[in-house]
Amino acid sequence: MYSIGVDIGSTCAKLAVVEDGETLVHQMVMPTGWNSGGAAQAIFDHLEQAGYRPGQSPCVATGYGRLNVPYAKKAVTEITCHARGGAFLFGSGPCVIIDIGGQDTKVIAVADGVVQDFLMNDKCSAGTGRFLEIMANTLCVDPGTLCELARSGSGVSISSMCTVFAESEVISLIGGGAAKEDIAYGVVDSIVNKVVSQYGSLSSAEGQCCLTGGLCESPYILESLSKKLGRPVISSPLARYAGAIGAALAAYQIKKD
Amino acid sequence: MSEYQLPAQFEEFTQARKEGFLRAKAVKESGGHIAGTFCTFTPCELMDAAGVHPVSLCGMSPEPIPAAEKDLPKNLCPLIKSSYGFAVSDTCPYTYFADLIVGETTCDGKKKMYELLGRLKDVYILQLPQGIDREYTLEMWTKELHRFKGVLEEKFQVAITDERLREASELRNQLRRARTALMELQKLDPPPFSGLDLYKLMDGLGFSFDLQDNLRKLTTLTAQLQSDYAAGARPVPAGQKRILVTGCPIGGVLEKTVKVVEENGGVVVCFENCGGIKPTRYLVDTQAEDIMAAIAERYLNIGCAVMTPNTKRMETLPQLVEEFNIDGILEIELQTCQPYIVERFEIKKLAQEMGVPFLALDTDYSQSDLGQLTTRIVAFIEML
Ligand code: SF4
Ligand code: SF4
Repeated sequence: MYSIGVDIGSTCAKLAVVEDGETLVHQMVMPTGWNSGGAAQAIFDHLEQAGYRPGQSPCVATGYGRLNVPYAKKAVTEITCHARGGAFLFGSGPCVIIDIGGQDTKVIAVADGVVQDFLMNDKCSAGTGRFLEIMANTLCVDPGTLCELARSGSGVSISSMCTVFAESEVISLIGGGAAKEDIAYGVVDSIVNKVVSQYGSLSSAEGQCCLTGGLCESPYILESLSKKLGRPVISSPLARYAGAIGAALAAYQIKKD
Repeated sequence: MSEYQLPAQFEEFTQARKEGFLRAKAVKESGGHIAGTFCTFTPCELMDAAGVHPVSLCGMSPEPIPAAEKDLPKNLCPLIKSSYGFAVSDTCPYTYFADLIVGETTCDGKKKMYELLGRLKDVYILQLPQGIDREYTLEMWTKELHRFKGVLEEKFQVAITDERLREASELRNQLRRARTALMELQKLDPPPFSGLDLYKLMDGLGFSFDLQDNLRKLTTLTAQLQSDYAAGARPVPAGQKRILVTGCPIGGVLEKTVKVVEENGGVVVCFENCGGIKPTRYLVDTQAEDIMAAIAERYLNIGCAVMTPNTKRMETLPQLVEEFNIDGILEIELQTCQPYIVERFEIKKLAQEMGVPFLALDTDYSQSDLGQLTTRIVAFIEML
């Protein structure tokens, strides 16, 4: 039996199809665009074309647009889904999931796929994917390039805890002639610091540290996280689907119960 | 009989607010007095005994905040801003008609706001001692109450006798017992009441000046709920996660917190805050030889984070978790509330020791954090 997970994030919409609660058989990512209902519809069409019969297979939606997926049986928060999806990808022992999402960054302590404790940034988008995106735009590069540029930079720190102020800080750095690499370093550093401070407030942080979400394929982010946390942080190219996979597993569970 | 003026913008007010103004005006015109209060520490027995009606002026609405921000900084507790805003904009009937406003030295923000309020209204600030572990604290607070008694007697030209104080304490005790009885119905599983309804109901009683009527209402409602429950009424479905709410006063953030809990698989069965258990658990010993000291002592049992050490809160929480069979503790804090936000550390540790999942949220009266707040609350309930 197929079960479907749809993760409508603020930047990207992700889809995962899991067979019998065990095997990931299909995944897809697309930009969410300006409305989450539209993204949900596009995923529906895609599923139909691929023969996964949305509307008949059990489906769970997650992410900030989780209430705008009419064919989902249930909405489950991205925190619960990332925990489940993380356990699926990285093994079911205790672990800490770090998800740098478009809108918010979360640090989740997990055991056996179940959330034990979590922290999430407040209203402000500092330290999130959105923050990275805005800074990349200001520097006229894409977010992936920014992360790799950061590797050869140093010496700059971005002190504003607010995205809007941080953007003006970056603009004045550019105006002052700072090198792109150094600014990129400052941007990544501020994101990583935000994660580290959330991590520090977790009530328990046992097991493997795993990065999920859109930055899972950025080696420099993984390196700096590992360095600042003082423990290895792993990831996988599939980790951006962790939320969607978790949702598909939740859908399978509903069907079984 | 004196004539009282309504504020200039009266005609623009909503019906409910107009009624509030007219009710308060009627009290004044029949010779009654109103004292505005802000805190659970305010010794209402003294005011009752002086024939003055105490009414809570705690601002729970975002509406007057822009008016407050003309004088107060933006990054201040929304409760303080809202309360002050109501006073400067003449939009709260009780602030408007209050003969006296009574504050205490609790948190710094409130303390300093009272000073500003003193420019507009007659404000009296009680010096609340905060070290409940000192042997002279009770004596100090009793003295402070004596001083306040003198102020009331002078201002309202009454004599506050011991007899009146005992009567007032007795009635307040009865009201506290009645509230406790109602709240303790929530120990039932499933509970007979949604937390949201319970909180709103108890909050609403604070605006009625007829204490006997409040007592009757509470007793009738409790009996009614009990008999409905016995007859099989189950307004809250079984299996909802049982949540205890602790922290700051939450009248201004009910919809974005308690309501979200209850729409997503939880039910708030216990409020360990100033809208729930905090003001009702402890009674005045009405038989005590020194009734003033007995009243003072009662108030020192309040487990508020402005106290240091705040042992009462640490003692009460585990008892409540046990009594109400709690699945998760939700701490709701108002933004920039230092006493509670810093004390969170201790509460989190306590929750861990009890093995009860814990989530802390800090929020204000705006709608801007609705999405993230909801995600956190729902994820918390999912993990229970
Ligand atoms: S939380 Fe403390 S300071 Fe605030 S109203 Fe309650 S007792 Fe007073
Ligand atoms: S919520 Fe905190 S900051 Fe606000 S008035 Fe009460 S104690 Fe003071």
